[in-house]
Amino acid sequence: MVDIEDFQTQARGLVNDRSLGYDQKLRRLSSLAVNALPYPQLSPLCTEALQARVICDMYEGNRPFTPRYVLPDYAKALRNGVAYLELESPHNLDDALAFLIILYSQVPSVTTYPVYFGDLDALLEPYVTDELSDAELDAKLRRFWIQLDRLFPDAFAHADVGPRDGRVIRSIWRVERSLRQVVPNLTLKVSPETPDDLIVDAVKTVFETGKPHFVNHPMMVADHGEEYAAVSCYNSLKVRGGAHSLVRLNLKEAVARYDGTVDGFCSESLPHWVELTAELGEARIRSLVEDAGFFESHFLATEGLIDLDRFSLMFGIFGLAECVNELMVREGRPEARYGHDQRANEVSAQIVRRIAGLVAERPLPYCGGGNGFAYLHSQSGIDLDMDTTAGTRIPIGDEPGLREHISVVAPHHEYFSAGISDIFHVEDTVKNNPAAMVDVIRGALSIGMRDFTFNLDSNEFIRITGYLVRKSDLVGIAEHGARHSSDYLAATAEINHTVTTRAVKRVVSTESSPRG
Amino acid sequence: MSLTGQISGVIEFSAVDGPGNRFVLFTQGCNFNCLACHNPYTINLCNDCGVCVDACGSSALDVVGGRVVWNPDRCTGEDACIRICPYDSTPKAGPLRVAEVLERLRPNVPFISGVTVSGGEATQQSGFVAALFAAIKADPTLSRLTCFVDSNGAAPRSVWDELDPVLDAAMIDLKCFDDAIHRELVGSGNAQVLESIRLLAGRGKLHEVRLLLAAGVNDSDELLKRTGTWLAGIDPKMRLKLIGFRAHGVRPSPVPLVEPTAEQRAHYAEVLRNQGDFQLLVI
Repeated sequence: MVDIEDFQTQARGLVNDRSLGYDQKLRRLSSLAVNALPYPQLSPLCTEALQARVICDMYEGNRPFTPRYVLPDYAKALRNGVAYLELESPHNLDDALAFLIILYSQVPSVTTYPVYFGDLDALLEPYVTDELSDAELDAKLRRFWIQLDRLFPDAFAHADVGPRDGRVIRSIWRVERSLRQVVPNLTLKVSPETPDDLIVDAVKTVFETGKPHFVNHPMMVADHGEEYAAVSCYNSLKVRGGAHSLVRLNLKEAVARYDGTVDGFCSESLPHWVELTAELGEARIRSLVEDAGFFESHFLATEGLIDLDRFSLMFGIFGLAECVNELMVREGRPEARYGHDQRANEVSAQIVRRIAGLVAERPLPYCGGGNGFAYLHSQSGIDLDMDTTAGTRIPIGDEPGLREHISVVAPHHEYFSAGISDIFHVEDTVKNNPAAMVDVIRGALSIGMRDFTFNLDSNEFIRITGYLVRKSDLVGIAEHGARHSSDYLAATAEINHTVTTRAVKRVVSTESSPRG
Repeated sequence: MSLTGQISGVIEFSAVDGPGNRFVLFTQGCNFNCLACHNPYTINLCNDCGVCVDACGSSALDVVGGRVVWNPDRCTGEDACIRICPYDSTPKAGPLRVAEVLERLRPNVPFISGVTVSGGEATQQSGFVAALFAAIKADPTLSRLTCFVDSNGAAPRSVWDELDPVLDAAMIDLKCFDDAIHRELVGSGNAQVLESIRLLAGRGKLHEVRLLLAAGVNDSDELLKRTGTWLAGIDPKMRLKLIGFRAHGVRPSPVPLVEPTAEQRAHYAEVLRNQGDFQLLVI
């Protein structure tokens, strides 16, 4: 039970805090209240695993009253209007942009901001007439973009574009480069038909802003159908659907609780932890759907802009690198590390395959989006993870050369339908030759990467676990506060992870000798 | 045709050696001796004098049968051997067969637009380059790749003829359009370089010309205008890369070589732009 004095001390601390804004206080006070409620019923083993943080609920709060990620069907809303908001279907671009801003203000998620703004080029292209000049289009989108950043100041708020070319997507690149904002996070869907020139334009935008991510459109369509989107950071889900919750398994902690080698770990240990993680997810789903009744009452559900059957649970894993390296020590080869050693890389694949198999055999309620099962997700970390590598990534600073790095991590990507990420840092020389980056991106997607994210070493924008912050916004947060909520997470992640020491990758990568 | 090349290094991904991302092979040995050379250890083939063997701090060099042998497993990459070499060479360069190059190349294929042979001077081993490019063109899994050389242009017509069936394009350095200054900077005249530029452009195989400009040495307005006029006469839309001299890696020079400022480099571009509708890239 929550101690009332404790509760009051924390609430008073938030109310009187000098570095938090009004909205930020409101949100934190709300989480404090939710966490004063008892947790949904769990088995003693599951409770113990959660308390030891072998499994984790992402600190979503004890009693969920919104799905973690909600992807409204904005196209349908624009087509039919929204009765709850007394909004009629818009007939021109200005009305469509105002319509969307109003609708976004009512879209819930775990961050309290929307995590998905829609596939904006596809949504807006029908409203762009021949009479509208590029300059006028840019001006309108620029105003819209500024509203997004100021109204939804959270780098998890995400827009998607592509895979087709058009006037809106080109305008978005121009606006992005001129504004250099944190919001919205951006993903370009890339298919073999996407023109090189459009990808070059996107690459030039990365040089300026660290955005967009590049995702493998055919692979996503195979997993989710045409109506999918990348939202928040690296979470790929069904549009008109989403994720109830994200639970994750810490593989570093799991292997520490097992005394044996990889075969035993896969056959004896993993089934135990996967079941407890699924139990945690199931309890949270039932609490949201059955107790809080989100889908019975929210207008997005009642007006058919989301559909419970298109939701599922995200089943995350992280700390694969530490898990594999520990198993290599147990094989008597402490020097063999994930990302560098063939056997270590094989062990990583064995573990991922095993987890994917177990998750695919564990039915879950209200998970129609995954045909009754959870989506696997390579969880890219939160600010509190100490000494544990995000998802299935190679530890920061230990990454091999760019081609080797891509080749080692790519085989994992097919398993993670709800998203996986590896971040590549490249040298500034590529600025004079963006086509070189297009080659690398196309190559990475062609060998099976789901997501490709890169950044220039010199960029003012840096990725923390997947979301973006401006380096200059991290300075002095403790004293004066920050406008973007995600900056707080970044400030601790920066301290805990030394993300800025991530090995700088030259596109010129493995300089070596012919005799090597 | 020669199935073995003398190679000083391989870069799997390069964004600075031609269009797109490229796999780059650096040959050992050059027929120029440029004051501004950034990698002078690629100029000569090793003469096995053995001076480097004692200088190596990690015992990675041995003399076997009168030849200096490098053991990459022991090498820590500190390059004491290269610093002490009295002969502008390196014990790390060595023979590499076409088949071995292809083996190194294959895992990179999904990620690259092509292969560039640089140097040293690629055309000094034109038989090897021709054999390598022919092998790439003949293999259906590789034939998509474009084959480029990065050259100082000091090669006779016969070399370009030998490469022609398998060469997609060349990038040529023009160290200086003025023959006298060229001799001072390089050690020989530029007639063959100019002829190569003309020949390759005529064949549609000149990807770009690079001008390496050092402040106060080969950057006068008058000289740049003459250079631009001549190049525009060959192709007014030529791709020109203006590279400001940088001192990194360069040997001590009898002629003072000065790095041009960003303003100076912008000025070079301005002067050249008045001579032709060049595609200019300033670095």
